[in-house]
Amino acid sequence: MTRLERNERLIKIALLVIACSAVSILAVITIFIFSEGTPIMFKYGFKSFLLGLDWYPSEQSFGLLPMIIGSLMVTCGSLIVGVPFGLACAIFLTEFSSRRLRHILKPIIELLAGIPSVVYGFIGVVILVPFIRENLGGPGLSVLAASIILGIMILPTIISISIDSLQAVPVSYREGSIALGATKWQTTKMVTLKAARSGIIASIILGMGRAIGETMAVIMIAGNAINIPNSVLAPVRTLTSNIALEMGYASGEHREALFATGVILFVIIMVLNTLANLTSAKRKA
Amino acid sequence: MLVFFLCFLVLTGCARDKAGTGITVAGSTSVQPFADKWAEVYMEENPGKIVNVQGGGSSAGIQATKSGACNIGTSSRELKPDEKDLTEIVVARDGLAIIVHPLNPIDNMTIDQVKSIFNGKIRNWRELGGKDKLITVVTREEGSGTRGAFQELVMKKDRVAKNAIVQDSNGTVREIVAGDPNAIGYISLGLVNDKVRALKLNGVQATDENIISRKYKLVRPFLFVTKSEPTPACREFINFVQSAEGQKLVSEEGLIPVK
Amino acid sequence: MHINPRLEEAVVKVLLWLFTLITVFVLFFIIFYILKHGLPVVNYQFLTTDPMDMGKSGGIYTTIIGTIVLTLVAILIATPLGIGTAIYLTEYTRENKITKIIRFGSECLAGIPSIIFGLFGFILFVTKLKFGWSIISGSLTLAFMILPTIIRTSEEAIKSVPYNFREVSYSLGSTQWQTVTKVVLPSALPGILTGVILSVGRSIGETAAVIFTAGSALRLPTSLFSSSRTMAVHFYIMAREGISMPNAYGTAAVLIITILIINIVAYRLMHKFIKKYS
Repeated sequence: MTRLERNERLIKIALLVIACSAVSILAVITIFIFSEGTPIMFKYGFKSFLLGLDWYPSEQSFGLLPMIIGSLMVTCGSLIVGVPFGLACAIFLTEFSSRRLRHILKPIIELLAGIPSVVYGFIGVVILVPFIRENLGGPGLSVLAASIILGIMILPTIISISIDSLQAVPVSYREGSIALGATKWQTTKMVTLKAARSGIIASIILGMGRAIGETMAVIMIAGNAINIPNSVLAPVRTLTSNIALEMGYASGEHREALFATGVILFVIIMVLNTLANLTSAKRKA
Repeated sequence: MLVFFLCFLVLTGCARDKAGTGITVAGSTSVQPFADKWAEVYMEENPGKIVNVQGGGSSAGIQATKSGACNIGTSSRELKPDEKDLTEIVVARDGLAIIVHPLNPIDNMTIDQVKSIFNGKIRNWRELGGKDKLITVVTREEGSGTRGAFQELVMKKDRVAKNAIVQDSNGTVREIVAGDPNAIGYISLGLVNDKVRALKLNGVQATDENIISRKYKLVRPFLFVTKSEPTPACREFINFVQSAEGQKLVSEEGLIPVK
Repeated sequence: MHINPRLEEAVVKVLLWLFTLITVFVLFFIIFYILKHGLPVVNYQFLTTDPMDMGKSGGIYTTIIGTIVLTLVAILIATPLGIGTAIYLTEYTRENKITKIIRFGSECLAGIPSIIFGLFGFILFVTKLKFGWSIISGSLTLAFMILPTIIRTSEEAIKSVPYNFREVSYSLGSTQWQTVTKVVLPSALPGILTGVILSVGRSIGETAAVIFTAGSALRLPTSLFSSSRTMAVHFYIMAREGISMPNAYGTAAVLIITILIINIVAYRLMHKFIKKYS
């Protein structure tokens, strides 16, 4: 019996150690990125990184502002494209369509979340970019192209989580509203959407996280110019593509500056994650 | 547990250095296709020998050679002063072609005009006698050997304009220029195909003869670099690359042999 | 201004219909487009011959093997860690500070973009630990990336095993560990498997984290320390460099079909599992 007890204790300790793996990996990555990226930020000053306009690593100028703005523009653009379509689709499937249609379409849309991002990027290159160049002008590789492709990429995330949270709203809420003489849309607008608000916001934040972190698709279609774009048809470089484009080539301070890019991206993502966690925690409560 | 696991990996990693017979060649994406060709033929002729070819870029290749992550680094630009502690071997020469869309009416430019386009002074093809269209400038990323060579040979002290589109390999620059009638870019001469057209520079066509006779000005070396003395396995591969057979392969692929 | 609610309802309905139609159309169009251009290239020979001349001709055999090996090793590393974590969280402890930290860590890990994993893997495994561009570097990086998925799905699967299963086992005098291995895990297996299969799908489609850690060598890998190119990386390189469009489409078609099949299997399994316990 004592041997069994000892074994149980050992197993428990072993499991605890394993359970710490995720946290320790997170810690190692964080420490790594920060220890590689922050010294150079201290050396040249945070201000020159965050507000500098010139990215010429070979001449010791490491301004990341164009990329920060680029990331924000492309992410906002993708939300402008993805949120209305995603929400409309979710509302339609939960409130206005037959149960059967929902049961067929929801899993299919979720399957589409698995399509690799390079495929989306490729579609952007062969269809969207030439279309924009020929019909709207500019080089085609642009903020607009990146926004549309990222907007499509985040659709499955937004749709699937929004449907879940809309479905979680009790039927009695809707019945009450309908009984008061409201139309279906009035009910949806005033009752259901309000009740499902935090879940929908969480879906948007998750979609935003995916858009801001996407790399390969963006490199393929955004043009990667180191300039603050003056129109949606101008090329743009994001934080992620800055890292991926130059990582292989970098050495010395250039590499550290790319880690600094990683630090900024990391901080933005962590803020988003925490926000998403808070809203979903509120939802559960 | 993770620590043990990592230790285990490090140990097996060390063991591998002794056991492995393969050599790794890494660096310039411009040299990569040719290095691949060399490796392919070399391995066919010497069964059992293994040569791994990786991209990464000239600076990364040089860095990886210094740190020992690869055996031979490749570079498509001259070594910088602080990189001169490595042994360098010129394995081929390559012309740098300025390319435009095949439908572009312009077929000749001066090097100064190219420079003015890339630094943003000339922004419309009309200024050069072409159509009234804005020029789409396509350049390479910082750290690329091709960009380094272009900077050195064409831009000199000037910077490439910030609104230029940046791509990270010869192939992608070519693809973009091939798809955009208003684009201009620069790639390795060996990779020019019928989807794009190489411009004459100061009236000189980019051909092998003109490069050998030094009439065509944009020429850069392709280098193999090793840490101090190359190991016997590396030596053997380098000998193959420098042999008549190895050099014949490069000229078939559009490069200029060194011997 | 007052809008007639009936009119509003009709307009909104049409709009929602339209938006849904466009969304579904776009998503299907992407798959259809790739398959239409890619499937004609795909045949037995395409799948079983090595790429030649950088992929200009030949098939994609080595990249298929590369994908399988890389994914398999990543799964072998991540699965024990993920299931172990899930068992600890559900069976061996009550909700407290530690479980909160573990959950938070895993959720944060899930939100980190793959390029950060790539950056980290490149510096730590490829250069600092000198594994070079290799399967082991790529697999470790991938394993870190998929760990949160496996933890979360395993945890949910274990939680959904009814409590009385455990009670029966304890009343028969089993220890906690015996209960976990003989009763809980077998019942939760389909759910756990779903998470693992979803992670396989994610690993196969990943590019950013893999290209910088596993490299892009086209040769058949000979050991865990040889570099290897996955299908996704191969597709990315072929399409970007314009090496061969037909072969790029072919690779993409194989990639998409593989991932869709994997996800369908996962979905099916999950469905069965949910039905069983609810």
